[in-house]
Amino acid sequence: MDWLYMHMPIAGVDIFWPGLLLIGYAVGVIGGFFGMGGAWMVTPGLNILGFPMAFAIGTDIAHIAGKSMISTMRHSKFGNVDYKLGFIMLIGTMAGIELGAQIVMILERQGSIGSVVRWVYVGFLALIALMVFYDYFKAVRSKTKSDDPSHTGATGGVNWAPAMHKINIPPMMHFKVAGIHCSMWLPVMVSFITGVLAGFLGIGGGLLRMPALVYFIGAPTHVAVGTDLFEVMISGLYGAFTYSLKGRIELVAVFVMLCGAAVGAQIGTVATKYAKGYGIRLMFGCAVLACMVSIILKQFNVTALATVIILGAITAICVYIMSIMFRGAANELREKRLNGSTGGAS
Amino acid sequence: MKKRFTAGGLIAALVGLTPAWAWAAGGKASDLVVVADTRALHGVNLYLATLYNQNMWVFAVWAVVLTTVLGVLLGLIMDVVMNRIGLDLGKSAGHVEH
Repeated sequence: MDWLYMHMPIAGVDIFWPGLLLIGYAVGVIGGFFGMGGAWMVTPGLNILGFPMAFAIGTDIAHIAGKSMISTMRHSKFGNVDYKLGFIMLIGTMAGIELGAQIVMILERQGSIGSVVRWVYVGFLALIALMVFYDYFKAVRSKTKSDDPSHTGATGGVNWAPAMHKINIPPMMHFKVAGIHCSMWLPVMVSFITGVLAGFLGIGGGLLRMPALVYFIGAPTHVAVGTDLFEVMISGLYGAFTYSLKGRIELVAVFVMLCGAAVGAQIGTVATKYAKGYGIRLMFGCAVLACMVSIILKQFNVTALATVIILGAITAICVYIMSIMFRGAANELREKRLNGSTGGAS
Repeated sequence: MKKRFTAGGLIAALVGLTPAWAWAAGGKASDLVVVADTRALHGVNLYLATLYNQNMWVFAVWAVVLTTVLGVLLGLIMDVVMNRIGLDLGKSAGHVEH
């Protein structure tokens, strides 16, 4: 069974390559659907396969860049990417990621990196999960009260964007695809803060930036997902470069994972076409919660259970998204066939 | 108006001070030094490992270029595959939030 193992030239270990393909596929599905890179899911997977931790973060980030590229191409065709907003946010993201990475290097020297990163991560994940679930239940209650059948619920949940849009520090900008008008400094500041956290935590930042785009900048969920993937792609490439310079990347593993991610990203991205905005948000909240619980368990050295929770959550979410995609696609193709035969009959 | 200035000032102070706080936390950390063992390698593996050992800058540029090229290539291939399935993969008419 030697052919199932691939030698990693830099890390110097033999890795079960179908496992890499599977990780790439699952993260591709989930990342394409939620608009995030999914580094939190990749690391435990790589650990299980026997990957040295020193290379895990860099390899994660490079793989995320390539995978996000594939998802961004698809989302762009759906009209879900606001490139203007994405480019403006890049300013803050780049500066933020570099600062975050420097903080990591400083803490590494002091030897306190693992614990600090984990608790900061847990704090932010708890906030995001709380916000997403509160928003969802508030929107559901608001929709239930409303008799108007055309009520979309977009304004029923948490909506801080209008207050943020009142910040009128020039230059003011209009973002056509996202349908928002605000100060240029709002997306720059939001992306800077999420960038610092991303660099610090060694993640692409989508887990933080996607909800920030929805709740602080006011982008519709689907546009937030698409634009965020564009951001993750650029910041991932930048991250891949800096981590390569630091000698923390295993390119062969990146290429193998990308092959799986190419298929998964299509499924995840196309699934957004058949999902409602609040459905995506609710599932996103569940993913964040699973990530948070696993990190808390890791902090208390219950690593095996943490890994089981992460892998269980990945499997459950992945299967759910695949079911959305396949059901939606089957319905669409059935309708097309019916319309075709009706058209042919008349 | 005064409130806005106060909020703006707080944000500006936070942005200005955050790097200073971060840098004040310690000196520059040393990078990880790992040397890849090239003795038993050949082909692409040998090329990548040698590049990694000899010139980290070129290796970093290659990492970005190869990841980009592979990402675009796989995206285009998958695009052709998905189009053949027959789904409408053009711009969406409008998404429903709820």
